[in-house]
Amino acid sequence: MLLGTALVIAAKDLRIEWRHRTAFTTAVLFAVLVLLVAVFAHDGATIQLRDLGPSVLWVVLSLSTLVTLNRAFLLERENRALDGILMAPVSATALFWGKWLANLVLVVVVMVVAIPLWMIFFNIEPSLRIFGVGAVALLAAAGFTAPGTLFSAMAVRTRFAELLLPVLLLPFLIPPLFFAAQATTQLLADAPIGELWGWLRLLALYDIAFLALAAMLFPAVMDQ
Amino acid sequence: MNHDPAAIEKIIRRGRIITLAGFIGLLGVYILALGYTPAEKMQGLAFKILYVHAPAAWAMETAFVLVGVVGLLYFWLQDARLDVFAEASASVGMVFGAVLLITGPIWGRTIWGAWWAWDPRLTFTLLLYLMFAGYFALRSALRDPVERARFGAVIGVMGMLLVPFIHLTVYLFRSQHPMPVLGRPPCPPDAPNCAPSLPWVLLKPLLISFAVFTILYIGFVTIRYGIGLKRMMMEERDAG
Repeated sequence: MLLGTALVIAAKDLRIEWRHRTAFTTAVLFAVLVLLVAVFAHDGATIQLRDLGPSVLWVVLSLSTLVTLNRAFLLERENRALDGILMAPVSATALFWGKWLANLVLVVVVMVVAIPLWMIFFNIEPSLRIFGVGAVALLAAAGFTAPGTLFSAMAVRTRFAELLLPVLLLPFLIPPLFFAAQATTQLLADAPIGELWGWLRLLALYDIAFLALAAMLFPAVMDQ
Repeated sequence: MNHDPAAIEKIIRRGRIITLAGFIGLLGVYILALGYTPAEKMQGLAFKILYVHAPAAWAMETAFVLVGVVGLLYFWLQDARLDVFAEASASVGMVFGAVLLITGPIWGRTIWGAWWAWDPRLTFTLLLYLMFAGYFALRSALRDPVERARFGAVIGVMGMLLVPFIHLTVYLFRSQHPMPVLGRPPCPPDAPNCAPSLPWVLLKPLLISFAVFTILYIGFVTIRYGIGLKRMMMEERDAG
């Protein structure tokens, strides 16, 4: 029942996004621009572009996640659509999982576009290890969107949603960002898989802890 | 909820008395630390900043932990006064956090030669500080007091879960902060690299300073709590 409702909500959000593609296009454009900013801001004479690769990737992915998350509940503000959802016989927990799933899919799609572009711009050789970077990105995206979904539901109730979300969310993104950047660095340095394992476990632990807590707290945010 | 204005005034008055006692104590700590405590052998006069820095850290952490605990209690009891207390504690925590973030780099510049060396504990404080800055940004953007209380409690509880992750992150990132000097067993004779624990002559002002900062925390929070109750009363009156 909960899963079915969550899937319906996620499908509704993704269908709306598919029709307009505003969040996706904006987030991808934003990711490309931040990649370019990073390239032009670095001193090519002293720092190799490749050495900056993992750091820049995670700056780009976390910031484009913020852009993507902003739309999650702004969408519901138009024509007071949120009131309609809240009046529907749908539990707030199902709403959280649905919104989280839609956010996760969108963030992952943006990552799927951004990572190959990052490889091109930063001269990262294609290898099987890039799938490892993809797996790290998936774990990180799950972690980014857990507090992100909860906070975007709160930020949207204010007049400054676009400004408030980054201020609220970024301190929460620091741990998964750090774990993911470390894992990416190890992957690109061809480190043994055993050394990666610790970072992946920390990422998974963060995901589970914050998904569970955010799902528990979400009904309190939706209560009107 | 009905509030007696005279009772609120009494709370604020009590807070002022406690704060005054705290400030007198603080003056005493300064006199004791600067005038009657010898300079530490390795760090010299720079060590004396510890008498403000460490107790400020204690007061800030107490303040922020209580925001999370009270947030949990709010979900259970739904009492608006708990939110007033949480906001008071968070704002006082910000003040002590500012003291910590100012004194830390001053000490770091003297001892490490750098204002900001990405020391885990200072970085931890900075991240916690920024999280609570977001807490206040959200609160100030909300007009409905019930929503403000609920969202504040959500951030407080989420923050409690974030703390161990930030702790882990900053320690894995880098560590050069001096080890704690309290509650550590004495060095065994066959351990030449073991840093000695603080001698009593240096420890005594520190313990007094911890007590003084605790009194200051209680005083500040009591005043802020009283002011918060007053504001809540006015908001309820305006809402009719």
